Amino acid sequence: MSTTVARPAVDVAAPVVQRGVVDDPSGFELSREQTALIRWNIYLGFAAVGVAMFHGLAQALSYAGINVLGWFPGLQTYYQGLTVHGVLNALVFTFAFANGFLSLTTARALSRPLNRWLLHGAFWSLVAGVVLLGYAILSNQASVLFTFYAPLQAHWTFYLGAALLVVSTWLTAANLFLALGRWRRDNPGERYPLMAFVSVATYAMWVIASIGLAVQVVGYLLPWSLGLIEGSDPLTMRTLFWYSGHPVVYFWLLPAYVSWYLMIPRQVGGKLLSDPLTRMVFIMFLLFSIPTGFHHQYTDPGIPAFMKALHGVMTFAIFFPSLATAFAIMASLEMGGRARGGRGLLGWIPKLPWGDPSVTAQILAMLTFMVGGATGLINASLSMNRVIHNTTWVPGHFHTTVGTAVALTFMGIAYWLVPMLTKRELFGRRIALAQAWIYTVGVLIFARGMSAAGLDGQPRRTFMAEAPYMPDAWLVPGYWTAVGGSLMAVGITLFFVVLLGTIFFGRRLEKRPDMPIAETVHPASRKGWEPILDRWPVWVAVAVILIVIAYGPFVISEMPPTLNTPPFRLF
Amino acid sequence: MKVHVYEKAFLSIGGGMLLVFLGALAFATLGAGIHLPDRAGSIDPQAVRTTPPFDDPGVREIAPGKYEVVMVAQAWSFDPAEVRIPAGSEVTFRITSPDVIHGIHVEHTTINVMVVPGQISEMRYTFREPREHLIICHEYCGIGHHYMYGKVIVE
Ligand code: HEM
Ligand SMILES: [Cu+2]
Ligand SMILES: [Cu+2]
Repeated sequence: MSTTVARPAVDVAAPVVQRGVVDDPSGFELSREQTALIRWNIYLGFAAVGVAMFHGLAQALSYAGINVLGWFPGLQTYYQGLTVHGVLNALVFTFAFANGFLSLTTARALSRPLNRWLLHGAFWSLVAGVVLLGYAILSNQASVLFTFYAPLQAHWTFYLGAALLVVSTWLTAANLFLALGRWRRDNPGERYPLMAFVSVATYAMWVIASIGLAVQVVGYLLPWSLGLIEGSDPLTMRTLFWYSGHPVVYFWLLPAYVSWYLMIPRQVGGKLLSDPLTRMVFIMFLLFSIPTGFHHQYTDPGIPAFMKALHGVMTFAIFFPSLATAFAIMASLEMGGRARGGRGLLGWIPKLPWGDPSVTAQILAMLTFMVGGATGLINASLSMNRVIHNTTWVPGHFHTTVGTAVALTFMGIAYWLVPMLTKRELFGRRIALAQAWIYTVGVLIFARGMSAAGLDGQPRRTFMAEAPYMPDAWLVPGYWTAVGGSLMAVGITLFFVVLLGTIFFGRRLEKRPDMPIAETVHPASRKGWEPILDRWPVWVAVAVILIVIAYGPFVISEMPPTLNTPPFRLF
Repeated sequence: MKVHVYEKAFLSIGGGMLLVFLGALAFATLGAGIHLPDRAGSIDPQAVRTTPPFDDPGVREIAPGKYEVVMVAQAWSFDPAEVRIPAGSEVTFRITSPDVIHGIHVEHTTINVMVVPGQISEMRYTFREPREHLIICHEYCGIGHHYMYGKVIVE
């Protein structure tokens, strides 16, 4: 069972919160059962990446004109494999990891166990979702890609599986909210511990954001695939999808930010600069992530250009908290490098603990994310979007964001998290270091190829190895893509060597290592305006108002939906 | 709350940059005439082939130097699959789909638009130089998706 060590009473009258988990790292051990569930969430997430990698490689080779579909006896088409790749990477991996990781950070930050039933429920609904999705896709009844645009119609098990993935995030959210509420009851008037605040903010954002997906899948696609509803309204379906489809990228990213803000500073020997600024950044994500979805529909017919432009402006607004993050993280890194003896303008950089694979992987992920941020701004620019929309530029962009900033950070986190969860020492530190570098070099080469071909009009989601058209301009970039993609596959394979090595051969540790948690230079204050940052109802209300402004007029003009498009199964 | 001077400077410059970018976008759309697809009407997707103008897809000169291309994007071809126009023509594309979602990208132009059943997509572009452009379906539309292409020939 879990043990909560009593902490000294908090002096609520003190202006600044000095005592928190960081000052009192001694006393919290999660029960075996809860640790195991969290561990299995993490394993499930990485297993998804491991499986998805194979067809990722096939996709990269296809863009170089090499057809390796024959190597996959289970798959009938490229698009079936692409559905596997998208669903496993974008939905299963990210959801499973977030569920496990942020459950742990919340429990640790509040020093209290989670609700075991919700933890079980979240894990098993994820497993059930994966099984259903796997059945639907592998039996070739759901080659609809991870965006499943109607009127392409998949087998009902696909939609049910997708719904269960969302349910698992909701159960996790319920668990985090419950824990936070209980903590509040025991600590009235106290500021929320920062790590709990950012974890809960991530899920609060996602709960509001995922409503679109839930309405679409449960309210519409599921009954439609069962024949209970006949026609569909493809534009409304797309809009519901992208209502959730943009904020989901922040649901992928924010767990990585939790690590960059709260763990990396500790790991490099620095500190987190500012508690209130960190909270503000996460609040901005809660507010601005959602009213931006039309930037995925800039080129859609049937949506007023003015509304698209409005979402475009909001998209630029959501860039701001990432700018603030870039500064805060860089400052922590510099503090760490200087504390370790770095001198001069840049002398702190070589002093960073580059021998620690967890740090190296995450710093490389951050650097790669700069490319992703810049290319993202290009996507968001409505004029340039017309050049790159649905070209290979887009996968070139998002393999530097979710494919690296998120995926490589999660691997970096695993380098301390898996030892913590298994009580085993990390196996193969040098392999882990090589993994981070090889994957990063790979993804940069890959993105170079995909982006270049995209600027020359090469379409994404297209089986190029078999396409009857192939302009010369796409040839050389295709080779870059294939070489980069192969290096990425090597990088992921090495990650599995380290992961499995740690699980099976890692030296047993006597004491469970703790998670690295940063101290803060400017801690939270109980006085002045800052406590308003902890007022959830205020922020949720503002978020809802922004959503109503951004989507209200369009939704009203589309009501009632015209359900006159019949279903098609063209796979 | 203390915000470090460097941080203030960084955020002001960064925020200022975002505003400059937005200004450039406003200029591109309001000044330079790069527009996004707007609402251009809806259609019953099951009656595409009997609803004008889609009952008669093709290329038409509507005024001197101005052409209209009425196109049906369907699994897995464009109808018409070949568009011939003289250099310097201003061409308005009107496209819809009778089946699933498609996309149309005319290579090396700003014609890049989704084709959604039930909706009419409209795009205008002036082809200045004689050359061939691929027309590519760039949204997954089933197993034959990569076979779906056409050509604009500017003479
Ligand atoms: C070995 C590593 C990987 C390789 C070689 C690879 C390669 C590719 C390629 C070539 C595409 C474009 C396919 C197409 O549009 O036809 C693609 C799509 C995609 N990849 Fe990866 N990828 C890898 C890892 C990842 C990771 C780690 C993630 C995210 C965590 C990811 C997420 C995605 C997503 C969401 C898509 C879009 C699928 C769609 O368009 O439906 N990939 N990948
Ligand atoms: Cu987006
Ligand atoms: Cu297509």
